[in-house]
Amino acid sequence: MVRIIGFLVGLAFSGVLLLSLLINGVGAIKEPAEKTAEKAGFLLEPKPLHLASDGPFGKFDRQQLQRGFQIYKEVCSACHSLKLVAFRDLRQLGYTEAEVKAIANQWQTEVPSINPDTGEPATRKAIPSDHFPSPYANETAARAANSNALPPDLSLMTKAREGGAPYVHSLLTGFQPQPAALLKQFPDAKTPPGLYYNPYFANLNIHMPPPLVSDGQVSFADGTKPTVDQMAKDVAAFLVWTAEPKLEARHATGITVLLFLLVATVLAYLSYKNIWAEAKRVVAPKGPLDPENRARRATAMSEAGIEGGPKPDGA
Amino acid sequence: MATLQDTPHDATAEDGVRRRDFINVAAISFAGVGAVAVAVPLLTQMAPSADVLALASIDVDISKIQPGQAIKASWRKQPVFIRNLMPKEIAAANAVPLSELRDPQTLAERTKPGHSNWLITMGVCTHLGCIPLGTGEGENRGPFGGYFCPCHGSAYDTAARIRKGPAPKNLQVPQYEFTSPTVVKIG
Amino acid sequence: MSFGWAQEYQPKSGFMRWIDQRMPLPRLVYGAVGGGYPVPRNLNYFWNFGILSGLMLTVQIVTGIVLAMHYYATADGAFDSVEHIMRDVNAGWLLRYSHANGASFFFVAVYIHIFRGLYFGSYKAPRELVWMLGLVIYLLMMATAFMGYVLPWGQMSYWGAQVITGFFSAFPVVGEPLRIFLLGGYAPDQAALNRFFSLHYLLPFVIAGVVILHIWSLHIPGSGNPTGVDVKTEKDTLPFHPFYTAKDGFGVGVFLILYMGVTFFWPDYLGHADNYIPANPLATPAHIVPEWYFWPFYAILRSFTVDFILAAKLWGVLAMFSSILLLFFLPWLDTSPVRSGNYRPVFKRFFWLLVADVFVLGYVGGAEISPVNIALGQFASAYYFAHFLIILPLISKLERPLPLPNSISESVLHGEAEESAPYGLATSGPVTAE
Repeated sequence: MVRIIGFLVGLAFSGVLLLSLLINGVGAIKEPAEKTAEKAGFLLEPKPLHLASDGPFGKFDRQQLQRGFQIYKEVCSACHSLKLVAFRDLRQLGYTEAEVKAIANQWQTEVPSINPDTGEPATRKAIPSDHFPSPYANETAARAANSNALPPDLSLMTKAREGGAPYVHSLLTGFQPQPAALLKQFPDAKTPPGLYYNPYFANLNIHMPPPLVSDGQVSFADGTKPTVDQMAKDVAAFLVWTAEPKLEARHATGITVLLFLLVATVLAYLSYKNIWAEAKRVVAPKGPLDPENRARRATAMSEAGIEGGPKPDGA
Repeated sequence: MATLQDTPHDATAEDGVRRRDFINVAAISFAGVGAVAVAVPLLTQMAPSADVLALASIDVDISKIQPGQAIKASWRKQPVFIRNLMPKEIAAANAVPLSELRDPQTLAERTKPGHSNWLITMGVCTHLGCIPLGTGEGENRGPFGGYFCPCHGSAYDTAARIRKGPAPKNLQVPQYEFTSPTVVKIG
Repeated sequence: MSFGWAQEYQPKSGFMRWIDQRMPLPRLVYGAVGGGYPVPRNLNYFWNFGILSGLMLTVQIVTGIVLAMHYYATADGAFDSVEHIMRDVNAGWLLRYSHANGASFFFVAVYIHIFRGLYFGSYKAPRELVWMLGLVIYLLMMATAFMGYVLPWGQMSYWGAQVITGFFSAFPVVGEPLRIFLLGGYAPDQAALNRFFSLHYLLPFVIAGVVILHIWSLHIPGSGNPTGVDVKTEKDTLPFHPFYTAKDGFGVGVFLILYMGVTFFWPDYLGHADNYIPANPLATPAHIVPEWYFWPFYAILRSFTVDFILAAKLWGVLAMFSSILLLFFLPWLDTSPVRSGNYRPVFKRFFWLLVADVFVLGYVGGAEISPVNIALGQFASAYYFAHFLIILPLISKLERPLPLPNSISESVLHGEAEESAPYGLATSGPVTAE
């Protein structure tokens, strides 16, 4: 019964699937899917980017993180929030407590608070335990100021995009005029006004105007030459840190744990081999205690009609 | 390993067996060390997290506290009493002989030099952790004119020293410093 | 225990004797995972994955309890609380990564365990109940994993919850009200998140309970083995401890190296970037996919594209549920008296075809929709159902199995331990017998 019902159910599911396959196949041949510019090879994979934090032994380059933070502060933070990071976290970039306090105190946006005398909404200067205040009061305000496009929070940007840090670097350096070949192939795909062509962005046209426009847009205290590419790299490195400030601890702990496990596993293997070497001796009783001999004796005795022989166990 | 004791072995294998036992013991020891190591993150996660520790010091503006008034500030999610003592309260506190006190301390020991009118104490009764009355206008300040804990009737004097009731100690003075004449950093 | 030669528990100390006389718990443990449980001596490494699954369940429960100490199940706070764990809680990043990747490795262990059972006929009499209880565990795991994935309240969490509860709306009449009832609203929100958290915390303990039944029902007939031949004499078995505890210890080491390697060095590899974007009910990610362990089922769901008598959506949902439920009937679909695939030449070929088929389904389920992928998914899904419901019953009737060894010990003596691993993928322990 189970098999008959099963057979029918199997036939039904497989049948409907093969029918779908057939119908789809015919449909696909009749009207092939339309191609879009993204699919036609105009969407590019991020350029390779190597950061000090890459790989299992990777550590942050603190100078670079400080430069990246400077770019966030002077360029990105005008529109993008960094909600998950607190000023106190900047200590990890090598800033002293006093420097962190000064950075918080002089931050361009103040922290929303309440006027202690009247209870009305007010703002106050940030302190190290505050998270970075958002440039806009809320999402509506952010959209209103950016022709309805919401500048995303940057805290997790390198983890929230498939391409990670290389994507951030490529996107920031990828602004360019729309290629003529694209317009020739897809005349309707012209970048709409107010948007910017960027071959690394999912649909090729991004609301964000090019943020890093010229070499020397910021000036680095450590003497690094602030080319657009360098600035994009530094801010990408900074965003790797904001997305995962515990990366160094993770790498260091990971190496220790794996080394420990490696030794422990080798020992476990030796111990296993060594215990199994005893297998034969432990479980193969010889002579009259051998279960097979006991069974034989029992059968023989019962055939001969003798009472009280060993009971055949097992079998 | 205990389970191997059942194994009959010939005397010539004695050395080999010892070496093998050593491997088993080493393997089990490693497993034990691993188990202890695993317990570390499972336990340390309970300790205060970085954001909680970051709030461990606060700045309080005391410029608006008139003599005779007190405020409650919140530090580490606990109340801190900040009182601007009147001269007569200071005098009353200094008039008490130390021998009468359960937890002998002078007012001077409980304030900062140059700021002897500022009495800054935790607002946590040393008996069982209730918050004593006495900071708000018109609250019961107890028989000694300081603070009075309504839970079990501990009474503190104008220097917040325990005078009567079950509490064993004076109200604790937290670590603090004056960063300016009107701002106190607690913690 | 059914074998007469199983060693009886002998308390080693007065204290244990005292306990044992009052509550024979030490005796129970000894008989379950100690020297008192005789196990076939020819098990290969595929038999490690039961213990490994148990280990991963333990890891998930322990890390989960600890994470729940810091997580807030609120639509506004859930995402930030997870990031708080990652940034500010002591060792929080380690606990959270261990839990997230632990789910994946739990499924890795369980899938290998299930396919072990399929190849070696572990579902056959007298172990049908062991198999069915295992499937119950698997279903509970799927529910737990799904609800756990919703908790971080990222984009994939949110849209996963939307899509999976959407299955229920496929059923006519009751579907939509049922979906709203399950969510406690018209879309996933506070009510849904809170109940998912509550159930996500509860179900692992239910799983642990069913695991006990699973092991109990296994210990009545005893463990199977790669030859599929019943244990006949004491020569065929070894006590679980120390032989298989040692072997499992080694297996645990290897498995932990892989698990910890991913957790520490590729912690987000098995996850999805979109889940680092907070849930947004007004914008769907371009490419919604569940976690990898659901991909084969997701492929089956998406393969039904034509309304034929029933709506395509309903076909998909029915097929997806059926693809797991049919496994409950496996002991009666495969009627061959031979358990082990090693002695079933035709079955063996189709088994590997099934493995390949499930990999194809997994690929399709995780890939973006394209005409080729849909066609591939439809073909692979059709084979999946045909394999279990049509091909397997036919093979069991028509196939001529190879001669079985007389006993396990004989098979070991003849060096068949080597053969006992499917296609030489692994060898059994260094069993030496004269």
